[in-house]
Amino acid sequence: MTIEIEKIRSDFQILDQIVNDEPLVYLDSAATTQKPQQVLDVIRAYYEHDNANVHRGVHTLAERATADYEASRDKVRAFINASSRKEVLFTRGTTTALNWVAKFAEQILQPEDEIVISIMEHHSNIIPWQQAAAKTGAILKFVYLKDGELDMADLRTKVTNRTKFVSITHVSNVLGVINPVKEIAQIAHEHGAIMVVDGAQSTPHMSVDVQDLNCDFFAFSGHKMAGPTGIGVLYGKEALLNQMNPIEFGGEMIDFVYEQSATWKELPWKFEAGTPNIAGSIGLGAAVDYLIEIGIDNIHQHEQDLLNYVMPKLREIEGLTIYGPEDNHRRGGVIAFNLDGLHPHDVATALDMEGVAVRAGHHCAQPLIDYLDLPATARASFYIYNTFADCDKLVEAIKLTKAFFGV
Amino acid sequence: MALSKLDNLYRQVILDHSSHPHHHGQLQDGETVDLNNPTCGDVIKLSLKLDGGTITDIAFDGSGCSISTASASMMTDTVIGKKSEEALELADIFSEMVQGKTDDRQEKLGDGALLSGVAKFPQRIKCATLAWNALKKALENSNGSSEVANLSGHCEI
Repeated sequence: MTIEIEKIRSDFQILDQIVNDEPLVYLDSAATTQKPQQVLDVIRAYYEHDNANVHRGVHTLAERATADYEASRDKVRAFINASSRKEVLFTRGTTTALNWVAKFAEQILQPEDEIVISIMEHHSNIIPWQQAAAKTGAILKFVYLKDGELDMADLRTKVTNRTKFVSITHVSNVLGVINPVKEIAQIAHEHGAIMVVDGAQSTPHMSVDVQDLNCDFFAFSGHKMAGPTGIGVLYGKEALLNQMNPIEFGGEMIDFVYEQSATWKELPWKFEAGTPNIAGSIGLGAAVDYLIEIGIDNIHQHEQDLLNYVMPKLREIEGLTIYGPEDNHRRGGVIAFNLDGLHPHDVATALDMEGVAVRAGHHCAQPLIDYLDLPATARASFYIYNTFADCDKLVEAIKLTKAFFGV
Repeated sequence: MALSKLDNLYRQVILDHSSHPHHHGQLQDGETVDLNNPTCGDVIKLSLKLDGGTITDIAFDGSGCSISTASASMMTDTVIGKKSEEALELADIFSEMVQGKTDDRQEKLGDGALLSGVAKFPQRIKCATLAWNALKKALENSNGSSEVANLSGHCEI
């Protein structure tokens, strides 16, 4: 194994449990990841020793809390290789981050301007753009698929000189496909468009360098990378963030406040109104530390190892359809599938009886599921704590499910 | 074997209803209203005809899991020919049953009573109640008059 899997698993107490009389096999990390003891300890220690409100306090605890909070921002900056801490905004998650970018779009879009997204996007990277288009008279266009991947020829026709925003997912939460966002950013910039990347399913699993990608905005969530819920990041290039209006207003993001007006604080705090999710950001910093210690490239390789192990076994199962690219190098550890003759709900319930936790439904991607002409899919997804034995259990449980339902 | 736990939920009668659902299709004359809840991946379109407050015809369409399909099939068998007040009462009886309450009146549900096992699978309760909820909305919309009401619903897991 590329990583010390037994040691890593021992960090995740939650995995050591019985569900429905079977050992838990957690294959739903694309929905949310489990948290290692190290992250839980840091959050607990913060509340037990350092908790105070940040930025304004003069007393010692306030100084410690502020130092911890801002240290997390620096950890995230380094993790994604942003050029400045001013470009790292803490948000509630990827959805909030993408909503903010779409709000910025509302600020600058004119009628007949175009927004280009893909048919495989998560609802959080579709609905805010629908709203922006409706409010400004801009037009929302979709790039479709070819052979389970983004059709780059289609993308090249869809991005024109009228395109102002291109927003694409780095890794699909259904198809698992890794999109060439660096190349797409180049195409966007050639046409004068702003490039936005949904990094929710990439950042936890592979190395991300926002300067190398040269994207203008990049969003991701803490809870999908072994961090707590309620915290995420919006990266934005400084020049754009300076242009962008704050989304929320109140304390912390202001400089001078008069009766009828106020001025804003500098970046990044211009975008952080109110008391932030201090424990959340500190937990996210701890998660970054944890992942760096394992090695993000090792994590990516581990998931490739799992895919290389399980995919041949899955593809052998008669009546099983797997969506997304055939080539494992082209995908992250997300496997959406269907069994002929059985609805994903029934598959998921049966797998649950075997202790195997997968997701079933639209995965917040209705347009994609409709485009694939499916009612829904089941989805298994891996993370650092999954093993070859977990893969075996998934395969076995699917076979038992087939036998039970006679499909 | 672990999957034997499913025997109570996926009884043969239920699987039969699911693979060969009764009253499947759409009624010719009627309007369709779409109720979308996207969380789950089931879509049911329900259409019915009322005459003097009695359900004279009913049909359902769409694609759904075994539980939602079987439940819709059983529901249509049970309510056809009944007055809308009685159908609404049956909807409540069904809803209580799948949440674990036992009650003699559940016999009135016909085959629907066999879905009592859903109570042990809380994540699937809304699959079972989907068709009954669509029925309630259709009846409430038409208010017992001679109208054809059509409704679709998504299962909310």
